[in-house]
Amino acid sequence: MPVNTLKDHKAEQRIVSIRVWLALVFMILLVMLLVSRLFYLQVVKYDELATQSEENRVLLQTVPPVRGLIYDRDGRLLATNRSSQTLAIVRERVEDLDQLLDDIARLIPVTENERSRFLEQITRSRPFESVPLKFRLNDKQVALIAVNQFRLPGVEINAELVREYPEGSSFAHSVGYVGRINERELKNLDPALYTGTYTVGKIGLERFYEPALIGRPGYQEVEVNARGRVTRVLSRVNPTPGKDLQLYIDTDLQNAAIKAMDGRRGSVVVLDPKTGGVMAMVSNPAFDPNLFVTGIDYVTFNDLNTDIEKPLYNRATLGEYPPASTIKPLVALGLLANNVVDKNEKIYDKGWFQLPGSDHRFRNWNRKGDGWINLSQAILRSNDTFFYKMAEKMGIDRLHDFLSQFGMGRESGIDIHEERTGLLPSTEWKQGAYGQPWYPGETVIAIIGQGYMLSTPMQLAESVTLIANRGKHVQPRLVKEDIPELQSPEWGHDIELDNHYWDLVISGMEKVVSYNRGTAYWRIGRDLKYRMAGKTGTAQVVSIPQGEEYDAEKLKEFERDHSLFVAFAPIEDPQIAMAVVLENSNGAANVARDVMDFYLLPRLARAEQKKTSADNKRTTQ
Amino acid sequence: MTGQDFVRQLDEGQGFHKAPDWSERLHIDFMLIGFVVIVCGAGLFILYSASGQDMSIVIRQAIYMLIGFVGMIIIAQISPRLLMRLSPWIYIGGVALLIAVLIMGIHSKGAQRWIQLPFIRFQPSEIIKLVMPIVVATYVSKRQLPLSLKNIVAVMILIGIPVVLIARQPDLGTSLLIGASGLFILLLAGLRKRLIFSAIMLAVPSIWGFWHFVMLNYQKQRVLTFLNPQSDPWGAGWNIIQSKIAIGSGGLYGKGWLLGTQSHLDFLPESHTDFIIAVLAEEFGLMGCLILLALYALIIGRGLFITLRAQTLFGRLLAGSITLTFFVYIFVNIGMVSGLLPVVGVPLPLVSRGGTSLVTLMAGFGLLMSIQTHKTFLGQSR
Repeated sequence: MPVNTLKDHKAEQRIVSIRVWLALVFMILLVMLLVSRLFYLQVVKYDELATQSEENRVLLQTVPPVRGLIYDRDGRLLATNRSSQTLAIVRERVEDLDQLLDDIARLIPVTENERSRFLEQITRSRPFESVPLKFRLNDKQVALIAVNQFRLPGVEINAELVREYPEGSSFAHSVGYVGRINERELKNLDPALYTGTYTVGKIGLERFYEPALIGRPGYQEVEVNARGRVTRVLSRVNPTPGKDLQLYIDTDLQNAAIKAMDGRRGSVVVLDPKTGGVMAMVSNPAFDPNLFVTGIDYVTFNDLNTDIEKPLYNRATLGEYPPASTIKPLVALGLLANNVVDKNEKIYDKGWFQLPGSDHRFRNWNRKGDGWINLSQAILRSNDTFFYKMAEKMGIDRLHDFLSQFGMGRESGIDIHEERTGLLPSTEWKQGAYGQPWYPGETVIAIIGQGYMLSTPMQLAESVTLIANRGKHVQPRLVKEDIPELQSPEWGHDIELDNHYWDLVISGMEKVVSYNRGTAYWRIGRDLKYRMAGKTGTAQVVSIPQGEEYDAEKLKEFERDHSLFVAFAPIEDPQIAMAVVLENSNGAANVARDVMDFYLLPRLARAEQKKTSADNKRTTQ
Repeated sequence: MTGQDFVRQLDEGQGFHKAPDWSERLHIDFMLIGFVVIVCGAGLFILYSASGQDMSIVIRQAIYMLIGFVGMIIIAQISPRLLMRLSPWIYIGGVALLIAVLIMGIHSKGAQRWIQLPFIRFQPSEIIKLVMPIVVATYVSKRQLPLSLKNIVAVMILIGIPVVLIARQPDLGTSLLIGASGLFILLLAGLRKRLIFSAIMLAVPSIWGFWHFVMLNYQKQRVLTFLNPQSDPWGAGWNIIQSKIAIGSGGLYGKGWLLGTQSHLDFLPESHTDFIIAVLAEEFGLMGCLILLALYALIIGRGLFITLRAQTLFGRLLAGSITLTFFVYIFVNIGMVSGLLPVVGVPLPLVSRGGTSLVTLMAGFGLLMSIQTHKTFLGQSR
């Protein structure tokens, strides 16, 4: 115990008193500082801050537009917007984001992908903006979050419109899908249009018609609080919803084509010869576009992306195949138009062809040879030797120029961006690509649609449509109405040819199907109820060494030949034109027959009924 | 000690000086309590507007005030002497609670400040606000003045332990204020000029160390934001920008009660807690602020009076520290809201919503009243 007497109370008291007075002086100085600060803000800066306060109340807010819907030709919805529950987080109200995410993950499943995507997005957002973490919550998840809301500050459940594709994988490649806006897209998109919109068209129509589908955002003047929450709407300019698109697509036909393909890899493109409208466009296998809308998780995407069957790949417009014998009707027209051959000219086919001065044998598919045949018979027999013989006289460049009129080697101008041009070789092309001259033997292969030549199913469908229309060009297109600012101008043009040439080639194609020596007769032609013109094709995937017999069984599955078929019907009034490619499989003609039957039989029956009832009326009158 | 007890008994028994008045008998300083009541009333008035006219918030706050007044009167009954005797134990108890918070406290908004007991949960750091000045005042008042370097170091350690523990919660604002309440006692007790000078020399490197090793990122961010609020107008600078707009747009006389747009449209964050002065400034202008400052000045003035009139060194040091700390709360809060100081979580005393800090403040005033009303014969200087 310190002894009190040792301490000088008076002195101590004096020290403390002096300090207290000193402190008082300090306090007065500090209060003066505060008062002058308040004076500065409230008197000196009054005008400026009062104005800011006035502006502060009113915020111009974007009202995102509703994305345009996509319908098929009968008004069936192929792409729609469904209200769904979204879990979103406002950063400002969260102290420890990682902790919160962990807490949420304990309640409902949050994938690593959703988490990283969210974290990436939240760094780009304002602190009071709500950033979506998880879409399409089910009722149970919504309830779980709601019950635990008090433990999850900053978590919101919002009703949001999410794109939905009711037909699932059927239109994955044509309609395409929307997905979350990524960093690269963000830089290119007009922020004025995309405020409040989180998705953008990624492929297919969704991408091609993005500027029409998105619509224009509206604006509202609102009184908001600092959390971005609207307390009162002062005025509002409604958003312009995105344009609805109606397609030529016939959903039933599309599904019939998918069914006819029976899971085999390949593509079916069906055009309406009258309009060029794409009635069906199948690429098999496909995928469910709904997976992509709110962000696909990495594992699923990786599975799709590395799948050996390439489901993400739109074979209809990106798949480049040797057109093989399906090119022969076009070549026949070219030979006639260029006076290379007369329609009555006959050649003798002994089963193979040799260029002068070469011992290489270009063989006919029919090793025994077809004997004496003319052009029309060469089409129905798909005789290679006939065309081999014409190759040198025709020449690759004349062949190139003629075939290019039918859309080979260029884009079809279809209204999706995913399209390749195929390959239509020429001397000029070979010089550019290989720095080599063109060899005559290469023309011999090119003239039967092999070698360098490649075309997409869309190109094949476009070219057979031109035959069906006897040279009248129609632009292949998915969307019915004209949107000139987006759609490419018509790529092709009408082809003027002697009517007899068309007759000859079309009758040759009819015989392919209907005549018992035709290459497709035994497959599909025997009980056909309408007049179909068609052409088979078999594309070699691997070249067969000289002198060896071809045996599909021996080849591994991916080395088997592709089968192709182009067709239109009915001949007298073409209503449907199509191309079928089956990879490593035969039976393209059967697929075409199934699809045509599905489309034409009910229509023809209806027309027949109408006609008979009209006849009956006439007879009763 | 026995001598003092004797004198005390004498005092209570008959009293050589004038008969004890009601104030001394009830241990209530009517003037101080009166000023506090006035400020509390004004506080409720502002809170009603700041809370968006939420009467339930106001009523709850009023209940806390009542609890505070009761606590204040109870604490005023404890004699300074008893406090001195208990001070080592309450210090140990307080530090133990702080450690307990770090180990088993409740997480809330990213910090761990609360302790949960069966019926009550509380912030031990609030208790330390009272413990700190009592302990330091006790220690200093038993030593020879001016303090020797050894004693100063001992006091610094005494102050440092809880400060660091609270800073780790993390609660930077509170830990600094608690540290300040201890340091005030050192300053009041008198330090040699040489020491003050060397303290400044020491402060610079220790601030550097503090920044790098103690402060967390969000705390650094607050300081940086304070230095340049425009740098991130949607982020951390938002609070300061909005509160400056709120204050400035109030002008001389304000927009009128309940008519502040900044706070009512929720532009102003924390409008009924730490930033409540902005609501006052917006709705009542500079005049309103000056009136509130004047009311505070009355409380502080009374506190300084009690300090000067205190009989013992302990009383003087404790009363001085409590009064100065009260002032610092006001200064830091208004300085922070008006953009003079960085944003640290310091409520405006007696006005901001929140029961804990209110009760603590009232308890502090209870200590002032205890010092004022427990007078002994020997200490009577006049």
